[in-house]
Amino acid sequence: MIYLKAVLSLGLMGAVFGLALALAAKKFAIEQDPRQDRIVEVLPGANCGGCGFPGCSGLAAAIVAEKAPVDGCPVGGPAVAAKVAAIMGVEVGAAKERKVARVLCQGSSDNCGSRFVYDGLSDCKAAQLVDGGAKACVYGCLGLGSCVAACSFDALHMGPDGLPVVDEEECTSCGRCVAACPRGIIQLVPAAQSVTVLCRSYARGAEVRKTCKVGCIGCGLCVKVCPTGAVTVENNLAVIDPAKCDACGKCVEKCPTKCIVMKGAKASADALAAS
Amino acid sequence: MGEILVIFFGGVLLNNFILSRFLGICPFIGVSKQVETATGMGMAVVFVMGVASVVTWMVEHYILMPLGLGYLRTIAFILVIAALVQLVEMVIQKVSPVLYKALGIYLPLITTNCAVLGVAILNITEKYNLLEAAVNGIAGASGFTLAIVLFAAIRERMDLAPIPESLKGFPMALITAGLMSIAFLGFVGFRLKELFGVM
Repeated sequence: MIYLKAVLSLGLMGAVFGLALALAAKKFAIEQDPRQDRIVEVLPGANCGGCGFPGCSGLAAAIVAEKAPVDGCPVGGPAVAAKVAAIMGVEVGAAKERKVARVLCQGSSDNCGSRFVYDGLSDCKAAQLVDGGAKACVYGCLGLGSCVAACSFDALHMGPDGLPVVDEEECTSCGRCVAACPRGIIQLVPAAQSVTVLCRSYARGAEVRKTCKVGCIGCGLCVKVCPTGAVTVENNLAVIDPAKCDACGKCVEKCPTKCIVMKGAKASADALAAS
Repeated sequence: MGEILVIFFGGVLLNNFILSRFLGICPFIGVSKQVETATGMGMAVVFVMGVASVVTWMVEHYILMPLGLGYLRTIAFILVIAALVQLVEMVIQKVSPVLYKALGIYLPLITTNCAVLGVAILNITEKYNLLEAAVNGIAGASGFTLAIVLFAAIRERMDLAPIPESLKGFPMALITAGLMSIAFLGFVGFRLKELFGVM
C-alpha cells in the first residue's frame, strides 16, 4: 500500500509537471529563423566581437534580419562570407581587403626611457591613469600587454624588448587589441601595406629627440625622397597613403630615426633575396 | 513582523548560504568572474528560490505529509525545482531574450544548485509557515546574491593584481572565499531577536 502511494503520488506529480511544461513549451514557443543556426555553424565561433555584434550568434541574428552584410565577419574573410551568402541566397560583394593589426611604436626600454617607476596594476589602461603613464613618450607603448590579453586568436605576444609583436599570419583583424590599447598604438592596416611608420608621436621633433631614439621627428626627408608622393607629414608625424605607396623602400633607407620600416610580405622577400 | 525580519536578516547575513552554510559553491566560483553576470545569476536564483520555497512547502504540506511520504522529500523537491527552472527558462526566453542571453547556461544550472534544495528542506525542518518559508527562500537567495556580487567585484580587481603564478585563478579565488567566509562569521554576534523585539 505504502509503495503504491509513493509511486502514485510521485508519478502523478511528474505527470502534472510534465504536462504543465509541455503546455508552457507550446505557449512560449519561439520561432527562430532556421538559417540563423546554420550561419552560426559556419562562423568561426570565437565570439571575438570584431563584427560589432555580441558574439557570432549576434552577428548571425543580424545577418538573418538583414541588418548586417553577409561578409560582416572580419575574421572569417571571403571563405566564410561565401558560405553565409550561400545560406542567405545572395551574392557576396567585392572581397574585402585583408587587414592586420600593427603595433605602431618601437619605443622599447632601450629606445625610450621612463619618467618614473610604475608599480601598479599590470594593465595599460590603469597605468595610463597614473600621470599619463610612466613612459617618457606620452604617445609610446606602455608595454604592459593589455592588447596581448585582449587577443583571442593567439596572434599577439610580448616581444623580448617589452613591445607587443603581431603574428600577422594569425591576425584576423578583429580589432580587440585596437580597442584595448589606451594610446591607440595598434591600428588595423591593409596586410599588403609593407612600408609603415612605426610611431604615433605628434610631439615636435626636438621633443621626440629628447624622449625616444626611434620616434618620428617630422623632418620631412621621407616626403622629399618619395617618388610617388605617398608620404606626407601631418602634425609632426609622417603618414603613408597605402594607395599611392609602391613599397620602393626609399623612405625606409632615408629616415634618420629609422621609424619607417618595411614589414610583411615585401620585407620577408627582401630578406630572402639578401641572404 | 519581527519574526519575518529575523528570518530575513538571519538568512542574508548570519546563515548566508554560501559563506556560512557552504551551499551553492559551484556557481559561486563559476559565475563570479564579472559583477554583471554574477548579478544576473543572483537575480535568477532569487526568483527560483523564492518560488521553489513556496511550491515545495505546498508539496510537503498538501501531498507528502497527508500521505505519510516524508522520506520522499528530497526526490519530490528535486522534481519540483527541476520543473520550475525549466518553466522559468521558457518564460524568460520568451519574455526577455536579452536577460535570457545574459544568464546563458547558468539558468538551467540552477536546477543543480544545492542551495535551492537546501532552502526547501530547511523550510521544512525549521517548521516555517508558508509566509516564513517564502521569506526564508528570498532571504537565502539575497544572501547568495550579496556574496556572489561582492566576490565577483573582488575577483575583477584581482585579475589585474600581481598574484604569484602558482596561485592564479581558482586557488586565489578559494583563498578569497575563505577570507570572506571568516569575515561573515562576524555577523554571528548579531542578536537579531533582541534587535527586532522577538524573544
